Order: sequence, then C-alpha cells, then structure tokens
Amino acid sequence: MNFPVLSVITFTPMVAALIILMLPAQRKNEARGVALAAATFALILSFWVYLTYDQAAAGYQFIEKYSWLPALGISLHFGVDGISAPLVLLTGVVMFTGVLISWGDDDKHVMAGIQDRPREFFAFLFLLAGGVFGVFVSLDLFMLFFFYEIAVFPMYLLIAIWGWIQTREYAAMKLTLYLFIGSVVSLVGVLAMYWLQYKNTGVLSFDMILMENAGFSQTFQNIWFLPVFLGFAVLGGIWPFHNWSPDGHVAAPTAVSMFHAGVLMKLGAFAALRVGIMLLPQGAHTWSWLIMLFAGVAVVYGAYIAFVQEDMKYMIGFSSVSHMGLVMLGMSTLNRNGIMGAGIQMFSHGVMTALFFAITGMIYDRSHTRQIPELGGMSKIMPFATIGFIIGGLVSMGMPFFSGFVAEFPIFMGVWEVQWLVAVIASISIVITAAYIMRNIRQVFFGAMPEKLEGHITDVTVLDKVAITTLCLFMIVIGLFPSFMVPLIETGVENVLRLLGGS
Amino acid sequence: MFTSTMFASILPEVLILVLGMLVLIVEPFWKEEKRRNVGWLTAGGLFVAMIISVLFGQPGEPTSTLGGMIRFDWLGFFFKMLFMFAAAATALLLMDNDKVGHRGEAYLLLLASLLGMNLMAVSSDLVMLYLAIETTSIPLYILSGFMLNDEKSTEAGFKYLLFGALTSTIMLYGFSLVFGFTGTTNLYQLTDMFKTGDLPLVTALGTMALILVGLGFKVSIVPFHFWAPDVYEGAPTPVAGFLSTASKAAGFAVLLRLFFVAFSGFSVSWTTAFAILAAITMTVGNLLALPQTNIKRLLAFSSIAHAGYAMIGVVAFSQLGAASVVFYLAAYIATNLLAFGIVMAFSKVTGLEDVKDYAGMSRRAPWLGLMMLAAFLSLTGMPPFGGFVAKVFVFAAGVQAGYVWLVIVGILNSIIGVYYYLNVLKYVYLYRMPNQDEENHPIPLTRPYAIALVVLVVGVILIGTVFAPWFSWSDAAALNLF
Repeated sequence: MNFPVLSVITFTPMVAALIILMLPAQRKNEARGVALAAATFALILSFWVYLTYDQAAAGYQFIEKYSWLPALGISLHFGVDGISAPLVLLTGVVMFTGVLISWGDDDKHVMAGIQDRPREFFAFLFLLAGGVFGVFVSLDLFMLFFFYEIAVFPMYLLIAIWGWIQTREYAAMKLTLYLFIGSVVSLVGVLAMYWLQYKNTGVLSFDMILMENAGFSQTFQNIWFLPVFLGFAVLGGIWPFHNWSPDGHVAAPTAVSMFHAGVLMKLGAFAALRVGIMLLPQGAHTWSWLIMLFAGVAVVYGAYIAFVQEDMKYMIGFSSVSHMGLVMLGMSTLNRNGIMGAGIQMFSHGVMTALFFAITGMIYDRSHTRQIPELGGMSKIMPFATIGFIIGGLVSMGMPFFSGFVAEFPIFMGVWEVQWLVAVIASISIVITAAYIMRNIRQVFFGAMPEKLEGHITDVTVLDKVAITTLCLFMIVIGLFPSFMVPLIETGVENVLRLLGGS
Repeated sequence: MFTSTMFASILPEVLILVLGMLVLIVEPFWKEEKRRNVGWLTAGGLFVAMIISVLFGQPGEPTSTLGGMIRFDWLGFFFKMLFMFAAAATALLLMDNDKVGHRGEAYLLLLASLLGMNLMAVSSDLVMLYLAIETTSIPLYILSGFMLNDEKSTEAGFKYLLFGALTSTIMLYGFSLVFGFTGTTNLYQLTDMFKTGDLPLVTALGTMALILVGLGFKVSIVPFHFWAPDVYEGAPTPVAGFLSTASKAAGFAVLLRLFFVAFSGFSVSWTTAFAILAAITMTVGNLLALPQTNIKRLLAFSSIAHAGYAMIGVVAFSQLGAASVVFYLAAYIATNLLAFGIVMAFSKVTGLEDVKDYAGMSRRAPWLGLMMLAAFLSLTGMPPFGGFVAKVFVFAAGVQAGYVWLVIVGILNSIIGVYYYLNVLKYVYLYRMPNQDEENHPIPLTRPYAIALVVLVVGVILIGTVFAPWFSWSDAAALNLF
C-alpha cells in the first residue's frame, strides 16, 4: 500500500476549495463543476477504502505517518478502522449528494440550490468536508483537534451567509459558541492526557494508539472522562446540550443541513467514542450510567418534541437529536451489541437525515414554506421525492429490511443487557417516530394541495433524483444485506471492547 | 579589542543604522510626490538586512559581548528577525497613508524605534536595557502624534508620552533598587545574587513590581493598559499596528529575559502574581472589546487580551512555556499586522473605521474579505491559521505547569473572543451596503498594500499549518533561557 489514499481523500476537498476560490466570480458553473468533480473523486476513493479494508486483519489500516512536529510528538498520522471506514464513506456520499442538490436551478420560479456567490459557498463547504475527513482518519490527537476545528468554523459562515434569513444570525452564533465551548473543554482534557502520558511513559506524543496504553489512573480517568466525552458529544447533539442543533438545522441552507445532521453530528459522536471511551475506558465504566441517562432522555424527549413541530425542518432536527441519542445510548452500554448498533446507526442516520433534509429543501425551494399544515399533495408533482421520503421514513422508524432496523435492533439488545428499563422507555420513541413520520407523509405528500401552491410547483431536477437514488440505495442495501457493513464494524468494535477490558 | 563575534552580535543593528542614514541622505533629493518611495527603500533595505543577518550574523553558543552589555543568542536573534519583519511590513503599509506616507522622517523614526527594539531583545545589562527601551519609545511617541492637524493623533502622542515617561521612571527606580541590593546590573550575574536568602521576599517583590510597571506598559497588561485604546485609535494606523505587534513583542522579549534569567530565584512568587495578572488581563481585554464599535479600538482591546494569553506561557516558567510565548508572538505579529493592514487599506479607500462600515466588504473586494477572514479567525484561534496552534501550545505549557485553572480562564476568554471576532466577520460577509450596490464600490489595493497583505496572509497560514520549523526556532530561542 503505497498510495496515500487517506491523505488524498482528506486534502482533495481542501485543494478543490482553493481552486474554486481562484475562479472568477461570475463563472458559477465552473465552480460547481470543479466541486462536483472533487466530490465524485473523494466518493470513489472513500468507497474504495471501504471495500478494500481487510476485515480479517482488522485494526488500523491504510496507515500513513509523517512526522509533523517531532519536538512535541505531533505527526500527521492517518488510518481507518472498522468504525471510521463507514464514516469516511458516509462523508463521501453526503458530500457528493450535497453538491448535486446545491447545483441550483436557473428557473426563476424555483431558484433552488445556491445562486448567491456559489464560489464562496462551495469553498467553505469543502473546507468543512476536508476537516470532517481529517477527523475520521486522524490517529493523532492534535491533528484530530486541528481538523475538528476546521470542520466547525465554516458552519458559521455557511449558515450566516446562505441560511434562512429569519434566524440565521442567531442560529449561526449559537451553534458556533456551543461547539466551540465543547471543543475547548475537551481540549483541556486532551492536554491533561498528553502530559500525564508523558509522565507515565516518558514518551511525548499525541499518538492515540500509544495513548491507549498510557496507563491513566482510575482517579484521572474519572475526573477527565466527563469533560472530554461531553465536550465532543455537544457536537453529537447530546441532551441537555442539543439546543444549538435544531436551530442550526433550520437556519442552514439545504446542503449544509445535510452536512450538519448527516456528518457533523457523527463527528461529535465519533470523537467522543475515540477519545472519550477508547482512551479513558475506566472513566467510561464509571460514568456510563450518566451518559445512558442523558442519551435516554434525548431519545424520548427528542422524538416527542419532533412530534409537536409544525415546521418540517424543526421536526427533522429534533428527530436527529432523538436518533443521535440512540447512538449515544448504544455507546453508553459499553457492550458489543450496543457499540456495534451505534456504529451502524451513525451511518444509517447520516444517510437518512441527509435524504430528509435534501427533500425538505427541494420542497421549500418550490413552495417557500416548510409549515406542514400549509403543504400538501406533493406526491402528484414530485413522485420521485415522495418515494425517497417514504424510504427515509421507514428507515427512521426502524422497519426491517431497511438500515434503521439493522442499527436500532442491536442497540436495544445492548441496552437491555445493561438495564432493561431504559430499553423499554427508549423504545417508546419508535412509536412516536412512526407517528410523526406518518403524519408528515400523509399531510405533505398525500394531502390535498392548498390552492396557493397550485400551478407553480415543479418536479425535482435530474440531479436531485440522482442524489435521492444514491442515498436510498445505501439504506436499502444495508437493510437487505447487513453483511455489507456489520462485519466491518464488528472488527472496530472488537478493539473498543479490548480497551474496555473485554465483555 | 573588537572581535568578529562582537560585530556579528550587532550586525542587524549596524545594518539598520546604515539604512537609516541612507534614508536620511536620499530623502531630501527626491521630489515631494516621490517621497513615498522611501517606503520601498526601507522595506527592501530591511529585507536585505534580514538576509545578510541570517547569512552572517547567526549566533552559536550564547555569549556575552561588548563588555557584558549584549547577549548574543538565539532568543535575541529570533526576536530581532521578527521585529525587522514587522518593521518592513509596517513600512510598506505606511507608504499609502495620506498624511504620513510621503514624509521621510516617519520611516527614519520607524527605523530608530526598530533599533531600540533589537537592542531590547539582546540587552543583558540593566543600563543597556533602559537605554534600549527609551530608544524604542521616544520615536514611537513622535510617530503616534505624527498627524499634527489631527486632534486625536496629537492626543494619542501626548497620552502615550505621559504614560510612557511615568512608567519608565518607575521602572528605572526599580532598576536602581536592584543595583542597590546586589551591586551589579548584569542580568546573568543577578541570577545568583537576586534570590531568596540574600534578599527579603517583600523587598524583592516590591522591586519586581516596580520593574513590571514599565514592562507591563509596553506589553499592555492590565492595569497598565489604559493608554492602548486611545493611542491605537488616534495614532496613524500603521503606527498603531506596529505598536500592537513589534513593540509588544519587544516587551515580552525583555520580560522573558529579565524574569526567566535575572529573577529566576523568586520564580515561585512571581509566577503566581503573573498568573493572576494574566487572568485579569485576558478577561478585561475581552470584556471591554465586546461593546466596541470602532475597529481600531476593538483591535486594541483584543491586543490586550492577547497579551494575557501569551502571559500564560510566561507563567508556566518552563522551556515549553518560553517557546510557546515566542511562537505565540510570531503568530500574533503576523496576524495582527494583517488585521491592521486590512483596516488601513479599507479606510484608505473609504475613510471609515467603524465596524458597521465593513458591511458588504466581501462583495466589494472578495479577496480582501478572505484576508479579513484569515486574520480574524486567526485571532479567534481557529485552524488552519497561526492563532490556533499558538494558543494550543500556550495552553499546553500552562497545563504542563499545573495551571489548569488559568488555562480554563483562557478558554472561557477565547469563547468571548469568538463572539466579537465573528461579529466583525458578520458585517464583512453577511450585511450589505445600504443600496446593495457593492459592485460600484470596489476597494482597489495599491501595490504596497497588496504585497504586504499577501506576505502576511501567507505567513499566517504557514505558521498555522507547517508549524514545525517555527516551533523549532522558538524552541531554540527558549533553550537559551535555561
């Protein structure tokens, strides 16, 4: 393996961002073209990584290591394991589809996609995407942090500039402050870990593989687990720090919502797992009850709040809180089923939520409203999007033969092993989810079309259809053939369990 | 006897002096409208001087030269290069300033002040140190009040002079006490004489406090910061940029050498005091930056806050701490000069300096908007810009030294910073001009601005991404303190 595939994946979006910025401002289509080319390239490469990952060998693969700052033990150290490989693929998929649906429609009635300054839009979006790839593949804590911050700050600009005019300033600032507070709180924990490792082993290094064996004391882990885990989990939308997330979703333009819910929230959950649980396993054992409590509340509370929303984007935003709560719930079990379910749920929810936001965006662009009662009859005009939304809804409810089932079933099994009561209470959320998804489908797609919408609603574009198909494909394939993803994630889970002391 | 080491140890200063004289000779022969070209001469000359210094003036093992007045080491050398870089950038930025740019004496004063800073970084004797500090300050007093017809500028110059004179007198009194107690003025001899057992703690603390008044004024830490916002606002903007970067860094260079070397015997006491000062400085700077509407005042308070962050590295009192301070200053000089440079380029075209006037800037000049983004995100501490790495290093040094509480204060402060820095970017990127006709109001950049800004923005990104070489230089510099 000589081809440095992971760094190519990580830096492709960033280089593309630079190229796009260099183009003249009025060449909008060229900017979009470069964006699509880069996204396709990254998708192909991440798919290739996913498929060629050697499951028999397991562990970290495609490793690249370049010494970056030897004096402090910082290196550009990339590698993927069974948990991060699907997430890299997820990022590739969301990036690809995000570009497609942001392409824009020159039809004056539609004005879909990004029309205002697409050059800057794609540049910031791709900087963000590069940061996300970087976090998923980094094996060096410093670099993980570096990319984490890169993934966070473009959100501010993307939401504030291209967002929904009514709440964008408020939402963008709120989101940035929440995420920044979370990340710097974990930074203190990370620095504390770094120095303790130096004291214990005499090695000055941010290398996470080394840190796994740093021998942190029980007291140290108990103190620092919560700041580190929760600091990252803020981005994962954990209750009670989830408040930024629905506001951010609503204010963000469609592609950014897709990125935000589809990928960024996974970033938080992934970093919480990688740094919190894997490096401080004893602390995780001590505090898992609290995480389980928070996550359990998020699952039910998020679903309930989603149920009472009138605005489609708020509904999906809160359903994301609920589903990400399931991911956290799975992690908090610290057993095989739970963590594996969390891994699959991260992918499944990422694809599903990206699809939801994409379709909501398409509807909003055409009807200029997201209020569920004001919509109706979309199935006649955009049948393709309707089918897509229904598939997404089935995944969301956890129906068998769709990826949601493959993900949620192990999570509930894992929770049952630890505390059956939590599993019972959390399962209420499935019922509520079914209720609001069904209600939404009935009203928006099959209800009678309000008069003022008659006439000027058009079908989705070809590019939109490609995006919808791509996303649906993954949800169905995983649902029908769990072996496409489950064994891979299992290899990653093995490693987590080893660090947790086997169970 | 005058050896080659002696010469090498003051090679940059000799070159600056030559350049200054050249400016003095050439300037009267140029016609009034061509006098701005003195800026090219100054910047180019400094660039050449830097190259020559790097080629022939590199220090080896730390040595004392010129009768113990000068310490020839990497710490001084690295700072000298930073100052010269900052001065070269400032000279470029001065050129198209309507009131100052065409007057040759401004460049000469800049060089004189630079000479003083260079000597501040290498002085190893209290007498030399005091002379260097005054050589730095006096030209800056004049430069701050350079625009005689402008009330604010005159006020700035006068205020700066009064504050500066007062604090430097107090510092001088502190120096004299040090000499009185120990009988020496050499910093490296003080290490062994200025320590517990030889001196009562209260006396030592009092003396250090007096000296800190002068240095605290230079680096603008609270409570010696009152001059900064008014002076930055009133002084010609390039001068304000220079004050907030090079002059501050020079203060830190002295602070490092004085406290890490001469006063290391009392490190337990002064680190605690510094920790408290750092916490107050950050908090006050950030909180007062929040309500500012004038961008220069905002940058002034932000620069106070940044002095507080850099202090964390001083508090750590370790090699990493010193290295992180040096690294922080390098990143900060590039970033803040960039920010001030953009402010200059913007007000050159528009004549406006309020944050709200930046509305629609990214549409008026996309590239200038991106540079503004880089500068302000670097000030915030976001990657891939220099400010992020610098902050992480400083915080790392703080945690290593056990000052977790101080790091947490620093982090809370960065969060406040996020708010007001992003607020400026909101104007740049989100808001529009009243008539939404940004295309008709471009912001053309003249060549000196373009060159200076591009060099600075590349610097900010390089420090933030390829940080290994910068860090090893900072580390080599820090090594000389221990």
